[in-house]
Amino acid sequence: MAVAPEQTRGVIYEGTRIPSPIPTVLRVSDELTATGDVMQVNFGPNHPSTHGVLRLIVDLYGEDVVGLEAVIGYLHTGFEKSMEQKSWWKAITYPERVDYLSFQANEMAFVMAIEKLLDQDIPEKATWMRMCLCELNRIHSHLVWLGTAALEIGAISMFWYAFRERETILDLFEMVTGVRMHTRYFQTGGLAEDIPTGFYAQARAFCDQMPKGVDDYEAMLDKNKIWLERTVGLGLLSADDAIALGQSGPALRASGVNWDLRRDQPYLAYDQVEFEVPVYYEGDVYARYRCHMEEMRESTKIIRQCVDRLEKMNGEPWIADNRKVVLPPREELHTSMEALIHHFKIVTEGYRVPEGEVYVTIESPRGEMGCYVVSDGGAKPWRVKFRAPSFVALEATATCMHSGFIADMIAIVGSLDTVMGEVDR
Amino acid sequence: MSYEGVPGLVETIEAHGETTLVVDPARLLEAARHLRDSLGFNFLSDVAAADYLGWGEGDVSGYIGTRAGRDLNHPATFGLQAVPATKPKRFSMSYHLLALGPNARRVRLQTWVNEDEAVPSVIEIWPTADWHEREAWDLMGITITGHPNLKRILLEDDWEGHPLRKDYPIGGEPVRFSEAE
Repeated sequence: MAVAPEQTRGVIYEGTRIPSPIPTVLRVSDELTATGDVMQVNFGPNHPSTHGVLRLIVDLYGEDVVGLEAVIGYLHTGFEKSMEQKSWWKAITYPERVDYLSFQANEMAFVMAIEKLLDQDIPEKATWMRMCLCELNRIHSHLVWLGTAALEIGAISMFWYAFRERETILDLFEMVTGVRMHTRYFQTGGLAEDIPTGFYAQARAFCDQMPKGVDDYEAMLDKNKIWLERTVGLGLLSADDAIALGQSGPALRASGVNWDLRRDQPYLAYDQVEFEVPVYYEGDVYARYRCHMEEMRESTKIIRQCVDRLEKMNGEPWIADNRKVVLPPREELHTSMEALIHHFKIVTEGYRVPEGEVYVTIESPRGEMGCYVVSDGGAKPWRVKFRAPSFVALEATATCMHSGFIADMIAIVGSLDTVMGEVDR
Repeated sequence: MSYEGVPGLVETIEAHGETTLVVDPARLLEAARHLRDSLGFNFLSDVAAADYLGWGEGDVSGYIGTRAGRDLNHPATFGLQAVPATKPKRFSMSYHLLALGPNARRVRLQTWVNEDEAVPSVIEIWPTADWHEREAWDLMGITITGHPNLKRILLEDDWEGHPLRKDYPIGGEPVRFSEAE
């Protein structure tokens, strides 16, 4: 299944640009400091183009960025510690809030980790529905990225266009789960509820609408001279540097590395759907933008295939029948003492997860989302650690900022697609 | 894939379809370099520190509420009653590696330390380890030697203690600027 990452076509740049000795800090050279013309500026933490609360300490020589250090932690809320205090099924609500744009992907990483520890299989319907929602979520996240990243470099109207399709996706989420964001729909063993009637028709309508939407965005940006000037050739990152810096997702694929976990280490049923992995070889902001656009088209294809499959599964179970982990069906509670006991036990004590440690990775909209979970055999996670793709993406800022202007910095930080909630956790 | 030649290898554990290589912290760098250069693990996905304080004692598993309160480990409750296994030392550092490329595979490189012991930095092997190691120091208090910029990353510079440690008090954070000065 796995396909070899292709080598970069042409060379983005020779050698490495990762600063030394600290890979994430760009230091001002002594000659420049000696000129006395270097000015240090605090960019953020409260700045509209920092995607939340990112603080960049920037050294400027004229308009050239000659030094850069990213300071994070302003949004640290201790999710990982909080999860240790909750029973397993209550903890599922946390990962969604870690990254408030790709809530379902994060939720799924954690649920999959629990299932891996429990050795719990999920019904086919749940597998396909998870895939369907995760792809909708990918589009949702990319749309917000597109809207805000374009907004930051002056393409204000993109925001409204992107939010038009985003609204349709949120409506779909609301239809399925009852809430628009932070859906808490994936349950250990499957899904929390059956798929509502009417979802398929609406999802299909969305699949028809979405490619036209992407056409619109491309029509506004692809040949837009301002957009091209502000994105092409900026924020270069070579394939080797991207791998060394642990980059993943669109940022990695825009540097010419043909790697996507959905295809190369398939989970759910990604090995049963057809889709392409867009790869670009320029390693600049524009290539990252192109990757996002292509991925939205590919995700639409996957959603369509999921809906086709799901439609044939009417009446099939959506959650595993494991009474030690999964709540019994509501109607059984009125007639079965056994069901009532199980219900009571799971709700009050929570279920127990066998002792062990697992690491689950999925391809979230932002790249490789990892979830490391340790269980002591009890009703609460002992340790949860997220490998947040945004956190790692920000490590590349210093490398990408190589001989850039301060105005480019906005485009470059934006192109790395970070969500500060996930960076700081 | 054979991991026989990994320097300082103490133990190889296979569980849940994942391979864990436990190595001696003193030889961690050698092991890391061997894994990257000879076995193709070019991508460091994550560095995760975990605190196993109290493992092997009786009442850790599955309690809800206080230690003095209701004991759900009483044999009358369902589920797993086993006391968790004693671990070699208090902290584990797990490096989740990926061989990105054809024949992709993952492995967990793990090393164990106590409070007074340090782990060498793997920055020179995988530059991405920079922030991960700072986080391990910040939240778990793992001392990293050879890190060029080891300071707190998510918490403020003057924060006391390491919150992800299991003996860190929960809900006991002092409120700032609350006293009349």
